[in-house]
Amino acid sequence: MSLLDVFDIAGSAMSAQSVRLNVTSSNLANAQSVGGDEDSTYRARNPVFSAVMQSLRGNAASVGVKVDGIYESQAKLEQQYQPNNPLANEEGYVFLPNVNMVDEMANMISASRSYQSNVEVLNTSKQMMLATLRMGQ
Amino acid sequence: MAISFDKALGNLPGNLTLYGKRSSLLASNMANADTPGFKARDIDFRSVLAKAGGEQISLKTTQGSHLGGASSAVSEAAKLYRIPNQPSIDGNTVDTQVETAEFTKNSINYQSTLTFLNGKFKGLRLAIKGE
Repeated sequence: MSLLDVFDIAGSAMSAQSVRLNVTSSNLANAQSVGGDEDSTYRARNPVFSAVMQSLRGNAASVGVKVDGIYESQAKLEQQYQPNNPLANEEGYVFLPNVNMVDEMANMISASRSYQSNVEVLNTSKQMMLATLRMGQ
Repeated sequence: MAISFDKALGNLPGNLTLYGKRSSLLASNMANADTPGFKARDIDFRSVLAKAGGEQISLKTTQGSHLGGASSAVSEAAKLYRIPNQPSIDGNTVDTQVETAEFTKNSINYQSTLTFLNGKFKGLRLAIKGE
């Protein structure tokens, strides 16, 4: 039944968006986590989504979402002169994470709006199904 | 005289199935609003309805005891790609506002079809009881 597909699709989108929100919050939390060298410093992470056919019910029309993977940003790390920092290297520099606050805030708002619209879809479908069950009463 | 449900209910059950199918299609569009390269799809409702209402495609009956079978127009609804208002860098053609509006419209259509169907059932029940 196609209305049941809506629950799977909106559910997959909601879980994907919550992964995105999760990644954003860890980026924001680690925005100030400095490191002693390039490898150990935190790098901004980003999830990548891909469409996935829900072929279980044999209905090729319904397409859900899955998180394909989480990738670390390869942007250059900024260096800052902090000779008193215990993590500083021989020249007295520490590495700052390449987290862009503006990007992260925009990502957060986008993820929460997408999540909300999927919840709305789910609620509407639920009402449609309940109305169908009451048919003829 | 037997009551024929097909005649009494007309196009309404087919419409309901089509609206249900379309809601899952629109839900996939909204779910993939952030998926790179995803192309939004939709059903041309008017053409499917015209096909279902105009020429009834049903099984051939060679004997009186054969069943006709339902029209196949609804199940073979063609999925067309939506033309985006504005191109995006990642190749995604989903416009969340358009999809939300279409989904709301679709659910209202579904509920109104259901109301009409309920009215038909009420009428039938009145005819059976004769009160």
